[in-house]
Amino acid sequence: MNGAEFVPLSLVPMLTGIFVAVACALPGNFLVLRRQALIGDAISHVVLPGIVVAFLITGVVSTWPMLLGAAGAAVVAVVAIEAVRRLGRIEAGAAMGVIFTAMFAGGVLLLEQSDTSSVHLDVEHALYGNLESLIWLDATGWSSLWDWQALKGLPVELPRMALTLVVVAAFIALFWRPLKISTFDEGFAQTIGMRTGPLGLALVIMAAIAAVAAFDAVGSIIVIAMFICPPAAARLMTNQLEHQVAWSVVFAVIAAALGYVIAGYGPLWIGLQDSVSAAGMIATMSGIILGLAALFGPHRLRGSAAPIG
Amino acid sequence: MSLDLVTTDAFASQETARQDSPLAIRGLTVSYGQKPAVFSVDMTVEAGKMTAIIGPNGAGKSTMLKAALGIIKPLAGTTTVFGKPVAQQRQKIAYVPQRASVDWDFPTRVIDVVLMGLYPKLGLLGRVRAAHREKAEDCLARVGMQDFATRQIGQLSGGQQQRVFLARALAQDAELYLLDEPFAGVDAATEKAIIAVLKSLRDAGKTVVAVHHDLSTVAEYFDNVFLINTRRIAEGSVVNTFVSRHLQDAYGGRLAGAQMDALALS
Repeated sequence: MNGAEFVPLSLVPMLTGIFVAVACALPGNFLVLRRQALIGDAISHVVLPGIVVAFLITGVVSTWPMLLGAAGAAVVAVVAIEAVRRLGRIEAGAAMGVIFTAMFAGGVLLLEQSDTSSVHLDVEHALYGNLESLIWLDATGWSSLWDWQALKGLPVELPRMALTLVVVAAFIALFWRPLKISTFDEGFAQTIGMRTGPLGLALVIMAAIAAVAAFDAVGSIIVIAMFICPPAAARLMTNQLEHQVAWSVVFAVIAAALGYVIAGYGPLWIGLQDSVSAAGMIATMSGIILGLAALFGPHRLRGSAAPIG
Repeated sequence: MSLDLVTTDAFASQETARQDSPLAIRGLTVSYGQKPAVFSVDMTVEAGKMTAIIGPNGAGKSTMLKAALGIIKPLAGTTTVFGKPVAQQRQKIAYVPQRASVDWDFPTRVIDVVLMGLYPKLGLLGRVRAAHREKAEDCLARVGMQDFATRQIGQLSGGQQQRVFLARALAQDAELYLLDEPFAGVDAATEKAIIAVLKSLRDAGKTVVAVHHDLSTVAEYFDNVFLINTRRIAEGSVVNTFVSRHLQDAYGGRLAGAQMDALALS
Protein backbone atom coordinates (compact mmCIF):
# COMPACT_ATOMS: atom_id res chain seq x y z
CA MET A 1 0.00 0.00 0.00
CA ASN A 2 1.74 3.17 -1.11
CA GLY A 3 1.02 6.79 -0.32
CA ALA A 4 -0.50 7.55 -3.70
CA GLU A 5 -3.23 5.03 -3.00
CA PHE A 6 -3.48 5.20 0.79
CA VAL A 7 -3.65 8.97 1.27
CA PRO A 8 -6.54 9.77 -1.09
CA LEU A 9 -8.57 6.62 -0.38
CA SER A 10 -7.94 5.46 3.17
CA LEU A 11 -6.27 8.15 5.27
CA VAL A 12 -9.33 10.37 5.76
CA PRO A 13 -11.85 7.62 6.59
CA MET A 14 -9.36 5.97 8.91
CA LEU A 15 -8.59 9.20 10.80
CA THR A 16 -12.28 10.10 10.93
CA GLY A 17 -13.06 6.68 12.37
CA ILE A 18 -10.33 7.08 14.98
CA PHE A 19 -11.54 10.57 15.98
CA VAL A 20 -15.12 9.29 16.28
CA ALA A 21 -14.03 6.32 18.38
CA VAL A 22 -11.96 8.43 20.80
CA ALA A 23 -14.56 11.24 21.03
CA CYS A 24 -17.18 8.66 22.06
CA ALA A 25 -14.92 6.59 24.34
CA LEU A 26 -13.86 9.57 26.49
CA PRO A 27 -17.32 10.49 27.85
CA GLY A 28 -18.25 6.80 27.59
CA ASN A 29 -15.90 6.03 30.51
CA PHE A 30 -17.97 8.19 32.85
CA LEU A 31 -21.30 7.10 31.41
CA VAL A 32 -20.42 3.44 31.99
CA LEU A 33 -19.27 4.12 35.58
CA ARG A 34 -22.44 6.13 36.25
CA ARG A 35 -24.55 3.23 34.95
CA GLN A 36 -25.79 5.49 32.17
CA ALA A 37 -24.12 3.58 29.35
CA LEU A 38 -27.28 3.33 27.29
CA ILE A 39 -27.57 7.12 27.10
CA GLY A 40 -25.24 6.96 24.09
CA ASP A 41 -27.51 4.38 22.52
CA ALA A 42 -30.56 6.49 23.34
CA ILE A 43 -29.03 9.65 21.87
CA SER A 44 -28.08 7.99 18.60
CA HIS A 45 -31.62 6.66 18.18
CA VAL A 46 -33.53 9.73 19.25
CA VAL A 47 -31.60 12.25 17.15
CA LEU A 48 -32.31 10.58 13.78
CA PRO A 49 -35.74 12.21 13.17
CA GLY A 50 -34.30 15.55 14.33
CA ILE A 51 -31.46 15.31 11.83
CA VAL A 52 -33.83 14.34 9.02
CA VAL A 53 -36.23 17.19 9.81
CA ALA A 54 -33.31 19.62 9.94
CA PHE A 55 -32.26 18.40 6.50
CA LEU A 56 -35.79 18.68 5.10
CA ILE A 57 -36.03 22.29 6.29
CA THR A 58 -32.58 23.49 5.21
CA GLY A 59 -31.91 21.16 2.30
CA VAL A 60 -28.27 20.67 3.25
CA VAL A 61 -26.34 18.33 5.52
CA SER A 62 -24.36 20.66 7.76
CA THR A 63 -23.39 20.70 11.38
CA TRP A 64 -25.42 23.46 13.03
CA PRO A 65 -28.86 22.59 11.61
CA MET A 66 -28.14 18.94 12.46
CA LEU A 67 -27.17 19.77 16.04
CA LEU A 68 -30.25 21.97 16.46
CA GLY A 69 -32.47 19.28 14.99
CA ALA A 70 -30.90 16.69 17.26
CA ALA A 71 -31.35 18.91 20.31
CA GLY A 72 -34.99 19.50 19.37
CA ALA A 73 -35.52 15.77 19.02
CA ALA A 74 -33.95 15.20 22.43
CA VAL A 75 -36.38 17.68 24.02
CA VAL A 76 -39.32 15.99 22.28
CA ALA A 77 -38.05 12.63 23.56
CA VAL A 78 -37.80 13.82 27.18
CA VAL A 79 -41.34 15.22 27.10
CA ALA A 80 -42.70 12.11 25.36
CA ILE A 81 -41.02 9.74 27.85
CA GLU A 82 -42.53 11.66 30.77
CA ALA A 83 -45.96 11.62 29.07
CA VAL A 84 -45.83 7.86 28.39
CA ARG A 85 -44.63 7.20 31.92
CA ARG A 86 -47.44 9.17 33.53
CA LEU A 87 -50.31 8.40 31.16
CA GLY A 88 -49.34 4.77 30.61
CA ARG A 89 -48.38 4.26 34.27
CA ILE A 90 -45.30 2.23 33.33
CA GLU A 91 -41.77 2.47 34.68
CA ALA A 92 -39.23 4.91 33.23
CA GLY A 93 -37.03 2.26 31.53
CA ALA A 94 -39.93 0.85 29.55
CA ALA A 95 -41.11 4.34 28.60
CA MET A 96 -37.62 5.17 27.30
CA GLY A 97 -37.48 1.95 25.29
CA VAL A 98 -40.77 2.77 23.63
CA ILE A 99 -39.85 6.35 22.77
CA PHE A 100 -36.29 5.66 21.57
CA THR A 101 -37.28 2.95 19.13
CA ALA A 102 -40.42 4.79 18.01
CA MET A 103 -38.45 7.96 17.23
CA PHE A 104 -35.75 6.01 15.40
CA ALA A 105 -38.40 4.19 13.39
CA GLY A 106 -40.07 7.52 12.64
CA GLY A 107 -36.75 8.88 11.43
CA VAL A 108 -36.25 5.89 9.13
CA LEU A 109 -39.73 6.27 7.63
CA LEU A 110 -39.21 10.01 7.17
CA LEU A 111 -35.90 9.33 5.40
CA GLU A 112 -37.48 6.80 3.05
CA GLN A 113 -40.28 9.14 2.08
CA SER A 114 -38.16 12.22 1.44
CA ASP A 115 -35.94 12.88 -1.54
CA THR A 116 -32.42 12.77 -0.16
CA SER A 117 -30.78 11.26 -3.21
CA SER A 118 -28.61 14.33 -3.73
CA VAL A 119 -26.84 13.96 -0.37
CA HIS A 120 -25.42 11.22 1.80
CA LEU A 121 -28.51 10.81 3.90
CA ASP A 122 -30.52 7.66 3.55
CA VAL A 123 -31.52 4.69 5.65
CA GLU A 124 -28.35 2.78 4.96
CA HIS A 125 -26.13 5.71 5.91
CA ALA A 126 -28.17 6.30 9.05
CA LEU A 127 -27.21 2.81 10.16
CA TYR A 128 -23.72 2.31 8.74
CA GLY A 129 -22.55 5.82 7.91
CA ASN A 130 -20.49 6.60 4.87
CA LEU A 131 -16.97 6.27 6.11
CA GLU A 132 -15.72 4.69 2.87
CA SER A 133 -17.00 7.57 0.77
CA LEU A 134 -14.78 10.14 2.52
CA ILE A 135 -12.36 10.20 -0.39
CA TRP A 136 -9.74 12.95 -0.62
CA LEU A 137 -9.78 13.51 -4.37
CA ASP A 138 -7.15 16.26 -4.34
CA ALA A 139 -4.51 14.16 -2.65
CA THR A 140 -1.75 12.57 -4.65
CA GLY A 141 0.41 11.16 -1.85
CA TRP A 142 1.87 11.96 1.56
CA SER A 143 3.15 15.30 0.23
CA SER A 144 -0.44 16.49 -0.07
CA LEU A 145 -0.52 16.86 3.70
CA TRP A 146 1.67 19.96 3.24
CA ASP A 147 -0.12 21.19 0.13
CA TRP A 148 -2.57 23.95 0.99
CA GLN A 149 -4.47 23.55 -2.28
CA ALA A 150 -4.98 19.85 -1.69
CA LEU A 151 -5.89 20.37 1.98
CA LYS A 152 -8.74 22.67 0.91
CA GLY A 153 -10.32 19.67 -0.80
CA LEU A 154 -10.27 17.60 2.39
CA PRO A 155 -13.71 16.08 3.15
CA VAL A 156 -15.42 18.36 5.66
CA GLU A 157 -16.22 15.44 7.99
CA LEU A 158 -12.58 15.09 9.05
CA PRO A 159 -11.98 18.61 10.44
CA ARG A 160 -15.50 18.58 11.89
CA MET A 161 -14.79 15.38 13.78
CA ALA A 162 -11.35 16.61 14.84
CA LEU A 163 -12.93 19.75 16.30
CA THR A 164 -15.53 17.64 18.10
CA LEU A 165 -12.78 15.50 19.60
CA VAL A 166 -10.89 18.60 20.78
CA VAL A 167 -14.04 20.00 22.45
CA VAL A 168 -14.91 16.70 24.16
CA ALA A 169 -11.32 16.06 25.28
CA ALA A 170 -10.99 19.62 26.62
CA PHE A 171 -14.19 19.22 28.63
CA ILE A 172 -13.02 15.93 30.16
CA ALA A 173 -9.57 17.37 30.96
CA LEU A 174 -10.88 20.60 32.49
CA PHE A 175 -13.58 18.96 34.61
CA TRP A 176 -11.64 15.77 35.38
CA ARG A 177 -11.73 16.14 39.17
CA PRO A 178 -15.41 17.11 39.50
CA LEU A 179 -16.36 14.34 37.07
CA LYS A 180 -14.36 11.77 39.00
CA ILE A 181 -15.52 12.87 42.45
CA SER A 182 -19.20 13.22 41.54
CA THR A 183 -19.22 9.90 39.67
CA PHE A 184 -17.80 8.14 42.73
CA ASP A 185 -19.72 9.94 45.49
CA GLU A 186 -22.38 12.40 44.41
CA GLY A 187 -23.54 13.27 47.95
CA PHE A 188 -20.04 14.20 49.05
CA ALA A 189 -19.50 16.17 45.83
CA GLN A 190 -22.55 18.27 46.61
CA THR A 191 -21.42 19.02 50.16
CA ILE A 192 -18.14 20.48 48.90
CA GLY A 193 -20.09 22.78 46.63
CA MET A 194 -20.01 20.96 43.30
CA ARG A 195 -23.07 21.50 41.15
CA THR A 196 -23.50 17.86 40.21
CA GLY A 197 -26.77 18.33 38.32
CA PRO A 198 -25.41 20.75 35.70
CA LEU A 199 -22.17 18.73 35.54
CA GLY A 200 -24.05 15.50 34.76
CA LEU A 201 -26.09 17.35 32.16
CA ALA A 202 -22.92 18.76 30.58
CA LEU A 203 -21.50 15.24 30.35
CA VAL A 204 -24.60 14.01 28.54
CA ILE A 205 -24.48 17.04 26.23
CA MET A 206 -20.83 16.22 25.39
CA ALA A 207 -21.88 12.65 24.59
CA ALA A 208 -24.69 14.02 22.43
CA ILE A 209 -22.33 16.32 20.53
CA ALA A 210 -20.00 13.39 19.88
CA ALA A 211 -22.91 11.20 18.80
CA VAL A 212 -24.38 13.77 16.42
CA ALA A 213 -21.04 14.71 14.88
CA ALA A 214 -20.20 11.03 14.47
CA PHE A 215 -23.60 10.16 13.08
CA ASP A 216 -23.01 11.71 9.67
CA ALA A 217 -19.72 9.90 9.20
CA VAL A 218 -20.28 6.50 10.75
CA GLY A 219 -24.01 6.04 11.37
CA SER A 220 -25.70 4.94 14.57
CA ILE A 221 -24.35 1.40 15.02
CA ILE A 222 -20.72 2.27 15.61
CA VAL A 223 -21.69 5.14 17.91
CA ILE A 224 -23.40 2.75 20.31
CA ALA A 225 -20.44 0.36 20.26
CA MET A 226 -17.93 3.15 20.78
CA PHE A 227 -19.60 4.60 23.87
CA ILE A 228 -19.57 1.28 25.69
CA CYS A 229 -17.04 -1.23 24.37
CA PRO A 230 -13.67 0.56 24.79
CA PRO A 231 -14.45 1.89 28.32
CA ALA A 232 -15.91 -1.45 29.44
CA ALA A 233 -12.85 -3.31 28.12
CA ALA A 234 -10.53 -0.71 29.69
CA ARG A 235 -12.15 -1.21 33.12
CA LEU A 236 -11.01 -4.84 32.99
CA MET A 237 -7.38 -3.78 32.43
CA THR A 238 -6.82 -1.50 35.43
CA ASN A 239 -8.13 -0.35 38.80
CA GLN A 240 -7.39 3.32 38.28
CA LEU A 241 -9.62 5.74 36.45
CA GLU A 242 -6.68 7.63 34.91
CA HIS A 243 -5.32 4.42 33.40
CA GLN A 244 -8.78 3.23 32.42
CA VAL A 245 -9.36 6.33 30.29
CA ALA A 246 -5.92 5.88 28.66
CA TRP A 247 -6.69 2.22 27.89
CA SER A 248 -10.08 3.15 26.45
CA VAL A 249 -8.39 5.58 24.04
CA VAL A 250 -5.89 2.88 23.00
CA PHE A 251 -8.70 0.36 22.44
CA ALA A 252 -10.76 2.91 20.50
CA VAL A 253 -7.83 3.70 18.19
CA ILE A 254 -7.04 0.00 17.64
CA ALA A 255 -10.68 -0.85 16.94
CA ALA A 256 -11.08 2.01 14.47
CA ALA A 257 -7.78 1.51 12.60
CA LEU A 258 -7.89 -2.27 12.53
CA GLY A 259 -11.61 -2.34 11.77
CA TYR A 260 -11.17 -0.05 8.82
CA VAL A 261 -8.24 -2.01 7.37
CA ILE A 262 -9.92 -5.39 7.82
CA ALA A 263 -13.17 -4.12 6.30
CA GLY A 264 -11.37 -2.72 3.28
CA TYR A 265 -8.76 -5.37 2.62
CA GLY A 266 -9.73 -8.40 4.71
CA PRO A 267 -12.16 -9.88 2.18
CA LEU A 268 -9.49 -9.51 -0.55
CA TRP A 269 -6.97 -11.39 1.60
CA ILE A 270 -9.27 -14.39 1.80
CA GLY A 271 -10.06 -14.22 -1.91
CA LEU A 272 -13.40 -12.42 -1.84
CA GLN A 273 -14.23 -9.58 -4.21
CA ASP A 274 -15.93 -6.86 -2.19
CA SER A 275 -15.03 -5.06 0.99
CA VAL A 276 -17.44 -5.02 3.93
CA SER A 277 -18.88 -2.08 5.89
CA ALA A 278 -16.11 -0.25 7.76
CA ALA A 279 -18.47 0.96 10.50
CA GLY A 280 -19.76 -2.54 11.03
CA MET A 281 -16.24 -3.94 11.20
CA ILE A 282 -15.07 -1.23 13.62
CA ALA A 283 -18.00 -2.05 15.91
CA THR A 284 -17.17 -5.76 15.55
CA MET A 285 -13.53 -5.15 16.43
CA SER A 286 -14.44 -3.19 19.56
CA GLY A 287 -16.72 -6.06 20.55
CA ILE A 288 -13.88 -8.54 20.03
CA ILE A 289 -11.55 -6.38 22.14
CA LEU A 290 -14.14 -6.35 24.93
CA GLY A 291 -14.42 -10.13 24.65
CA LEU A 292 -10.65 -10.56 24.89
CA ALA A 293 -10.47 -8.21 27.87
CA ALA A 294 -13.25 -10.16 29.58
CA LEU A 295 -11.30 -13.40 29.01
CA PHE A 296 -7.76 -12.19 29.74
CA GLY A 297 -7.94 -8.74 31.38
CA PRO A 298 -5.96 -8.62 34.65
CA HIS A 299 -8.87 -7.13 36.62
CA ARG A 300 -11.69 -9.19 35.16
CA LEU A 301 -12.26 -11.04 38.45
CA ARG A 302 -12.87 -8.42 41.06
CA GLY A 303 -13.93 -9.33 44.56
CA SER A 304 -16.95 -7.11 44.61
CA ALA A 305 -18.23 -8.09 41.18
CA ALA A 306 -21.44 -9.53 42.60
CA PRO A 307 -23.23 -6.38 43.82
CA ILE A 308 -22.93 -4.58 40.47
CA GLY A 309 -26.22 -3.33 39.11
CA MET B 1 -44.79 44.98 80.48
CA SER B 2 -42.61 42.55 82.35
CA LEU B 3 -44.17 39.67 80.40
CA ASP B 4 -43.22 41.29 77.11
CA LEU B 5 -39.67 41.72 78.32
CA VAL B 6 -39.36 38.05 79.28
CA THR B 7 -40.55 36.79 75.90
CA THR B 8 -38.25 39.15 74.07
CA ASP B 9 -35.34 38.02 76.21
CA ALA B 10 -36.16 34.35 75.63
CA PHE B 11 -36.39 35.00 71.92
CA ALA B 12 -33.13 36.90 71.93
CA SER B 13 -31.24 34.16 73.76
CA GLN B 14 -32.66 31.57 71.36
CA GLU B 15 -31.47 33.68 68.46
CA THR B 16 -28.02 33.99 70.01
CA ALA B 17 -27.84 30.20 70.40
CA ARG B 18 -28.74 29.85 66.76
CA GLN B 19 -26.15 32.39 65.64
CA ASP B 20 -23.41 30.56 67.51
CA SER B 21 -24.51 27.02 66.71
CA PRO B 22 -22.33 24.98 64.33
CA LEU B 23 -25.58 23.59 62.89
CA ALA B 24 -29.01 25.13 63.39
CA ILE B 25 -32.02 23.72 61.60
CA ARG B 26 -35.41 25.45 61.63
CA GLY B 27 -38.73 24.09 60.37
CA LEU B 28 -37.15 21.47 58.13
CA THR B 29 -39.74 19.45 56.21
CA VAL B 30 -38.87 16.80 53.62
CA SER B 31 -41.21 14.54 51.72
CA TYR B 32 -40.80 11.56 49.42
CA GLY B 33 -44.12 11.54 47.59
CA GLN B 34 -47.17 12.12 49.77
CA LYS B 35 -45.93 11.29 53.25
CA PRO B 36 -43.47 13.59 55.01
CA ALA B 37 -40.20 11.87 55.99
CA VAL B 38 -39.14 14.78 58.18
CA PHE B 39 -41.75 17.20 59.49
CA SER B 40 -41.04 20.70 60.77
CA VAL B 41 -37.88 19.75 62.64
CA ASP B 42 -35.81 22.20 64.68
CA MET B 43 -32.31 21.32 65.83
CA THR B 44 -29.61 23.40 67.51
CA VAL B 45 -26.28 21.59 67.78
CA GLU B 46 -24.03 22.54 70.66
CA ALA B 47 -20.50 23.56 69.65
CA GLY B 48 -17.55 21.39 70.67
CA LYS B 49 -19.71 18.37 71.54
CA MET B 50 -20.50 15.00 70.05
CA THR B 51 -24.17 14.67 69.21
CA ALA B 52 -25.97 11.44 68.24
CA ILE B 53 -29.05 11.56 66.04
CA ILE B 54 -31.16 8.56 67.03
CA GLY B 55 -34.58 7.20 66.15
CA PRO B 56 -36.15 4.06 64.70
CA ASN B 57 -35.65 2.89 61.11
CA GLY B 58 -37.37 5.23 58.67
CA ALA B 59 -37.54 8.02 61.24
CA GLY B 60 -35.83 10.46 58.86
CA LYS B 61 -32.37 10.59 60.49
CA SER B 62 -30.31 10.42 57.29
CA THR B 63 -32.92 12.37 55.36
CA MET B 64 -32.72 15.23 57.83
CA LEU B 65 -28.94 15.38 57.49
CA LYS B 66 -29.02 15.26 53.69
CA ALA B 67 -31.74 17.90 53.47
CA ALA B 68 -29.86 20.18 55.87
CA LEU B 69 -26.82 19.92 53.58
CA GLY B 70 -28.87 20.47 50.42
CA ILE B 71 -28.26 16.98 49.00
CA ILE B 72 -32.03 16.50 49.08
CA LYS B 73 -34.25 19.48 48.40
CA PRO B 74 -36.46 20.14 51.42
CA LEU B 75 -40.04 21.35 51.07
CA ALA B 76 -39.44 23.96 53.75
CA GLY B 77 -36.96 25.01 56.38
CA THR B 78 -33.65 26.77 56.80
CA THR B 79 -30.24 25.56 57.88
CA THR B 80 -27.43 27.73 59.15
CA VAL B 81 -23.86 26.72 59.91
CA PHE B 82 -22.15 29.05 62.39
CA GLY B 83 -24.91 31.56 61.69
CA LYS B 84 -24.61 31.62 57.90
CA PRO B 85 -26.35 29.67 55.11
CA VAL B 86 -24.82 26.27 54.29
CA ALA B 87 -23.79 27.37 50.80
CA GLN B 88 -21.43 29.99 52.30
CA GLN B 89 -19.90 27.60 54.83
CA ARG B 90 -18.95 24.58 52.70
CA GLN B 91 -15.30 24.81 53.75
CA LYS B 92 -16.28 24.33 57.41
CA ILE B 93 -18.32 21.16 56.82
CA ALA B 94 -17.08 17.61 56.35
CA TYR B 95 -19.78 15.08 55.45
CA VAL B 96 -19.31 11.31 55.59
CA PRO B 97 -22.13 9.58 53.70
CA GLN B 98 -23.31 6.05 54.40
CA ARG B 99 -20.70 3.60 53.23
CA ALA B 100 -23.28 1.71 51.16
CA SER B 101 -24.23 4.84 49.21
CA VAL B 102 -21.26 4.58 46.83
CA ASP B 103 -19.99 1.93 44.43
CA TRP B 104 -16.76 0.56 45.94
CA ASP B 105 -15.93 -1.12 42.63
CA PHE B 106 -15.10 2.37 41.31
CA PRO B 107 -11.59 2.29 39.76
CA THR B 108 -9.57 4.31 42.23
CA ARG B 109 -7.08 3.89 45.08
CA VAL B 110 -7.40 4.63 48.77
CA ILE B 111 -5.09 7.65 48.62
CA ASP B 112 -7.10 9.14 45.72
CA VAL B 113 -10.30 9.01 47.80
CA VAL B 114 -8.58 10.86 50.66
CA LEU B 115 -7.22 13.44 48.17
CA MET B 116 -10.84 14.14 47.17
CA GLY B 117 -11.12 15.82 50.56
CA LEU B 118 -8.51 18.34 49.42
CA TYR B 119 -10.44 19.30 46.27
CA PRO B 120 -11.72 22.60 47.72
CA LYS B 121 -8.06 23.60 48.20
CA LEU B 122 -6.80 22.18 44.89
CA GLY B 123 -9.58 23.43 42.62
CA LEU B 124 -10.10 22.30 39.04
CA LEU B 125 -6.51 22.15 37.87
CA GLY B 126 -4.28 22.83 40.87
CA ARG B 127 -1.34 20.43 41.02
CA VAL B 128 -1.23 17.75 43.69
CA ARG B 129 2.03 18.56 45.47
CA ALA B 130 4.09 16.56 47.92
CA ALA B 131 2.51 18.51 50.78
CA HIS B 132 -0.97 17.42 49.68
CA ARG B 133 0.13 13.81 49.48
CA GLU B 134 1.70 13.99 52.93
CA LYS B 135 -1.48 15.50 54.30
CA ALA B 136 -3.55 12.65 52.81
CA GLU B 137 -1.13 10.02 54.14
CA ASP B 138 -1.21 11.67 57.55
CA CYS B 139 -5.04 11.46 57.58
CA LEU B 140 -4.81 7.78 56.61
CA ALA B 141 -2.40 7.19 59.50
CA ARG B 142 -4.85 8.80 61.94
CA VAL B 143 -7.41 6.11 61.08
CA GLY B 144 -4.78 3.35 61.00
CA MET B 145 -4.90 2.86 57.23
CA GLN B 146 -1.43 4.11 56.25
CA ASP B 147 -0.44 0.73 54.78
CA PHE B 148 -3.38 0.70 52.37
CA ALA B 149 -2.68 3.94 50.44
CA THR B 150 -2.21 2.31 47.03
CA ARG B 151 -4.87 -0.40 47.41
CA GLN B 152 -7.88 -0.38 45.14
CA ILE B 153 -10.88 0.58 47.27
CA GLY B 154 -12.85 -2.51 46.23
CA GLN B 155 -10.29 -4.72 48.01
CA LEU B 156 -11.09 -3.24 51.44
CA SER B 157 -13.36 -4.66 54.12
CA GLY B 158 -16.39 -2.66 55.20
CA GLY B 159 -14.62 -1.33 58.25
CA GLN B 160 -11.59 -0.28 56.20
CA GLN B 161 -13.84 1.50 53.70
CA GLN B 162 -15.46 3.41 56.55
CA ARG B 163 -12.04 4.45 57.84
CA VAL B 164 -11.07 5.73 54.39
CA PHE B 165 -14.22 7.83 54.32
CA LEU B 166 -13.30 9.24 57.73
CA ALA B 167 -9.77 9.99 56.50
CA ARG B 168 -11.25 11.95 53.59
CA ALA B 169 -13.31 13.98 56.07
CA LEU B 170 -10.18 14.64 58.17
CA ALA B 171 -8.41 15.93 55.04
CA GLN B 172 -11.12 18.57 54.72
CA ASP B 173 -9.96 20.29 57.96
CA ALA B 174 -13.54 21.16 58.86
CA GLU B 175 -15.11 22.64 61.97
CA LEU B 176 -18.29 20.57 61.76
CA TYR B 177 -18.19 16.82 61.04
CA LEU B 178 -21.45 15.16 59.96
CA LEU B 179 -21.44 11.37 59.74
CA ASP B 180 -24.25 9.13 58.51
CA GLU B 181 -24.20 5.77 60.34
CA PRO B 182 -20.39 5.61 60.71
CA PHE B 183 -20.60 2.36 62.70
CA ALA B 184 -22.95 0.47 60.39
CA GLY B 185 -21.54 -2.93 59.45
CA VAL B 186 -18.01 -2.31 60.76
CA ASP B 187 -15.85 -4.57 62.94
CA ALA B 188 -15.21 -3.85 66.62
CA ALA B 189 -11.62 -2.64 65.99
CA THR B 190 -12.84 -0.13 63.41
CA GLU B 191 -15.58 1.09 65.73
CA LYS B 192 -12.96 1.74 68.44
CA ALA B 193 -10.63 3.48 65.98
CA ILE B 194 -13.41 5.70 64.64
CA ILE B 195 -14.71 6.73 68.05
CA ALA B 196 -11.16 7.57 69.16
CA VAL B 197 -10.71 9.84 66.13
CA LEU B 198 -14.09 11.50 66.69
CA LYS B 199 -13.31 12.12 70.36
CA SER B 200 -9.94 13.63 69.44
CA LEU B 201 -11.76 15.97 67.04
CA ARG B 202 -14.12 17.01 69.82
CA ASP B 203 -11.22 17.54 72.21
CA ALA B 204 -9.67 19.81 69.57
CA GLY B 205 -12.82 21.95 69.70
CA LYS B 206 -14.58 20.56 66.62
CA THR B 207 -18.24 19.64 66.55
CA VAL B 208 -19.31 16.10 65.63
CA VAL B 209 -22.82 14.98 64.68
CA ALA B 210 -23.48 11.33 63.83
CA VAL B 211 -26.55 9.37 62.84
CA HIS B 212 -26.38 6.43 65.23
CA HIS B 213 -28.42 3.26 65.53
CA ASP B 214 -26.91 1.37 68.46
CA LEU B 215 -28.69 2.60 71.59
CA SER B 216 -26.37 0.60 73.85
CA THR B 217 -23.36 2.79 73.01
CA VAL B 218 -25.02 6.22 72.99
CA ALA B 219 -24.14 7.07 76.59
CA GLU B 220 -20.56 5.83 76.20
CA TYR B 221 -19.80 7.63 72.91
CA PHE B 222 -21.80 10.85 72.88
CA ASP B 223 -22.29 14.02 74.93
CA ASN B 224 -25.61 15.06 73.47
CA VAL B 225 -28.48 13.29 71.81
CA PHE B 226 -31.20 14.29 69.35
CA LEU B 227 -34.24 12.02 69.12
CA ILE B 228 -36.33 12.04 65.97
CA ASN B 229 -39.28 10.14 64.57
CA THR B 230 -40.33 12.24 61.58
CA ARG B 231 -40.85 15.03 64.14
CA ARG B 232 -38.34 16.14 66.72
CA ILE B 233 -38.87 14.23 69.98
CA ALA B 234 -36.21 15.79 72.20
CA GLU B 235 -32.68 17.14 72.23
CA GLY B 236 -30.13 17.86 74.91
CA SER B 237 -27.43 16.24 77.00
CA VAL B 238 -27.38 12.44 77.21
CA VAL B 239 -27.99 12.59 80.96
CA ASN B 240 -31.15 14.67 80.66
CA THR B 241 -32.50 13.55 77.32
CA PHE B 242 -31.57 9.90 76.81
CA VAL B 243 -34.33 8.76 79.17
CA SER B 244 -37.05 6.13 78.82
CA ARG B 245 -39.82 8.72 78.44
CA HIS B 246 -38.28 10.21 75.30
CA LEU B 247 -37.19 6.84 73.96
CA GLN B 248 -40.76 5.54 74.28
CA ASP B 249 -41.93 8.63 72.40
CA ALA B 250 -39.41 8.04 69.62
CA TYR B 251 -39.60 4.26 69.30
CA GLY B 252 -43.18 3.66 70.47
CA GLY B 253 -43.89 0.02 71.19
CA ARG B 254 -40.86 -1.07 69.20
CA LEU B 255 -38.58 -0.91 72.20
CA ALA B 256 -39.43 -3.68 74.63
CA GLY B 257 -39.29 -3.13 78.38
CA ALA B 258 -36.40 -5.57 78.65
CA GLN B 259 -34.33 -3.49 76.22
CA MET B 260 -35.12 -0.39 78.23
CA ASP B 261 -33.88 -2.13 81.35
CA ALA B 262 -30.71 -3.22 79.56
CA LEU B 263 -29.96 0.43 78.78
CA ALA B 264 -30.25 1.10 82.52
CA LEU B 265 -32.21 4.27 82.02
CA SER B 266 -33.84 6.37 84.64
